[in-house]
Amino acid sequence: MCQVDEDYQEQLQQAEVPSVSKKCVKCKEAPAAVVIRAGDTFCRGCFKEYFIHKFRAMLGKNRVIFPGEKVLLAVSGGPSSCSMLSQVQEGLSQNAHKKLRFSPGIVFVDEGGAVGQSVEERQRTLAELQAVFKATGFPFHMVPLEQVLELPSSVLVTAPALSERPAGAYKAAVDRFIQSDSSSSVPPRQQEETSLPHVQESHRQLLQQLIGSAKTQTAREDLLNTLRQHLLVHTARTEGYSKLMLGDNCTRLAVKLLTSISLGRGAQLAQDTGFSDSRYGDTILVRPMRDYSAKEIAYYNRMFSVPSVFLPSLDTKTTDKSSIQRLTESFVTKLQADFPSTVSTIYRTSEKLQTACRSSSAADHWDRCLLCMCALDTAVEKASAFKATLISEQLSQTKSPGASSAELQRQNPAPVELESAAPSGDCCSSGGENCVKAASGGGCCSSAKVPETSDLKTLLCYSCKLTIKDMSSVERLPQYILSEAHRRQRRSQMREEISDFLLDDEDDGDQGD
Amino acid sequence: MPVLCSNCVDKRAVLKRPKTGHSLCKECFFWAFEEEVHQTIVAAQLFNPGEIVGIAASGGKDSTVLAHVMKLLNERYNYGLELMLLSVDEGISGYRDDSLETVKRNQQQYELPLKIVSYEELYGWTMDAIVKQVGLKNNCTFCGVFRRQALDRGAIMLKVDKICTGHNADDVAETVLMNVLRGDIARLRRCTAISTASEGEGVVPRCKPLKYAYEKEIVLYAYFKKLDYFSTECIYSPNAYRGHARTFLKDLESVRPSSIMDIIHSGENLSVREGVKMPVQGTCNRCGYISSQALCKSCVLLEGLNRGLPKLGIGKHHRLHGKILSQQPLTEKEERKLKSADF
Repeated sequence: MCQVDEDYQEQLQQAEVPSVSKKCVKCKEAPAAVVIRAGDTFCRGCFKEYFIHKFRAMLGKNRVIFPGEKVLLAVSGGPSSCSMLSQVQEGLSQNAHKKLRFSPGIVFVDEGGAVGQSVEERQRTLAELQAVFKATGFPFHMVPLEQVLELPSSVLVTAPALSERPAGAYKAAVDRFIQSDSSSSVPPRQQEETSLPHVQESHRQLLQQLIGSAKTQTAREDLLNTLRQHLLVHTARTEGYSKLMLGDNCTRLAVKLLTSISLGRGAQLAQDTGFSDSRYGDTILVRPMRDYSAKEIAYYNRMFSVPSVFLPSLDTKTTDKSSIQRLTESFVTKLQADFPSTVSTIYRTSEKLQTACRSSSAADHWDRCLLCMCALDTAVEKASAFKATLISEQLSQTKSPGASSAELQRQNPAPVELESAAPSGDCCSSGGENCVKAASGGGCCSSAKVPETSDLKTLLCYSCKLTIKDMSSVERLPQYILSEAHRRQRRSQMREEISDFLLDDEDDGDQGD
Repeated sequence: MPVLCSNCVDKRAVLKRPKTGHSLCKECFFWAFEEEVHQTIVAAQLFNPGEIVGIAASGGKDSTVLAHVMKLLNERYNYGLELMLLSVDEGISGYRDDSLETVKRNQQQYELPLKIVSYEELYGWTMDAIVKQVGLKNNCTFCGVFRRQALDRGAIMLKVDKICTGHNADDVAETVLMNVLRGDIARLRRCTAISTASEGEGVVPRCKPLKYAYEKEIVLYAYFKKLDYFSTECIYSPNAYRGHARTFLKDLESVRPSSIMDIIHSGENLSVREGVKMPVQGTCNRCGYISSQALCKSCVLLEGLNRGLPKLGIGKHHRLHGKILSQQPLTEKEERKLKSADF
């Protein structure tokens, strides 16, 4: 119904009621155990085969993971990521047909502090998960989200990609691997008895304040996602993993696509929902579960007893309209009930998108967003939605600063605007001529000055700008973000000063002459 | 303590802008609204001096405000345009005949020439007759396809150089969402363009000067300016698929008012992977209108209506184009599939 290239087959005319005595459509022998789509009934054995095959096919088709690589599995405890974990286990087991050939590790980010769980609850969940992870035999890392406060600012720097592999390299690498050590399997390493990580009370409070400084639920969820991703990438980098596997399933990704569009992330859609995401350069994010619908995963986990642990998140038990993410989720699931092809259509749309990346060189940081690390999409073109928004802001406010700015603050609690930012440079009043340019403050003078909201905005993409706009103050952001922001501002001011003398600066486009 | 307008800081504010949340007085709001449309027109270079521009007028709020603002800006900034009103009568009793009265009143108020084209004279079918044959589910497809061609034909009759329609920001955002939900990657790429391409015979370029104006602001403008418009929904609209996208958009707006502009921004910055199949523009073999298939959509729909096969045109029918063109009869199986209508 209502799809573009739709064909009305005969099946749609007669509604088939799946009966108990139906046979599996694949092997046509065993009785059916589960109905995947309308008319597709599978028996247990065929369903398991189908499920496992999809995982392999997804990895094999994309040829991104090379043999012998260390791959970090990001497990949140939910059904999709636990299913992914069990698939990897299945694929690495001795008797698997065409074994998988990489070395996995597991990482779990404990977000209990941001969600409001008590210490005892967090310890209990951690213990449960630790039991599950130990059973797999892979090395695992339990990382509390509070560690975000101690990250280095190198997280926000796109590292150069590891050696570029030419197209034919995959097949050659596989052949070599098979010949060299097909006999030896990877023995399950003994995880040293690590006690569950202890979180300092001060850090816990800082994290809660940070999350609390975002005024809307939408901004909170967005911020949490960003922090979690930074932490995951940092863990992968420090522990020596070159790939990070995320457990997003088809339903989740369809919701994510619509959410991203609603948040203004049209330029970054391909990276947010595609199979592989290379915005960090050296660590590639991979989504092998993107072909599975949530329904299939639920069936599989139930039928084959895959352990998973439920963890509350920011939007548990919230109303439909509490945040954009939550609203989109309820919209898609309701629509899916009436039009069963909604999720797969959205998924197919996401496959056809690509990133509009102007410069893929890793050397330059100022054309990447500070928070989400994607290429900036805020070039103010002559006729665009972004320009129209700026014009509207301008026209709705008086242009003269000074007396009216007090009124502005009184009746308009909206954050400081780009154009009408009152000069904040207390520090620059004594600084002399060099500080004239520093209307954005904090440039050449003190390094300890906290950037105003308006400063950060120039370093962010459109949707991260919206998130920061919803925050009451940016001081609570972790130190690594603030110091990286400073650094970029200093670099960009330096560049402006010498822009007339830079020759052939292809990274920045046309500069000066 | 009364809130002061945030622009002139002089008069009392009487409204809060849905778009930015600022409180403004009446005059400042009028000025901001008109100025934004002017900036849109100038930045996108929508018009050239000396052109004849047809304003697609339905009598609803968008086209009434559009006519008013276009006339105002044309005089204020000397665009040098000759404006005309163009209206389409779909033949929906109880809805369209009333709104056409509003258009006639507008014509007198703004002193602009008016031309009305009707489905009856162009195609031989009114929407009421179409719904009787097609049912209540897919009739918006017929109306939309026919209206597009009707506007073009009317424009050619009036000899206008450009058409401008009253599509507002909410419409464009809804279209982006709907195209994602339907998987229509070709339209997704084009739908945020402010004006259509202008090459080809029989095609009049059309543009949307109100593209960045929120629907709520249009209503506010019309209310405070005491503009006269017709405000009932089309009686056949409740079952349209677009309704789902619209409800979602309204909900989004209530969570975060800037969502509408955010969606348009997303739509403008999308890019499609190379190698994805896109339709190629050609002409219809029967009527000569632009089309990406052998037969244009309205010819196919008309054929279906005339033959009593209402489903022809809804769903895949490329294979049947050859048969229709060469006047071959359809097989019984094909006829059976195309006959059933949903009521």
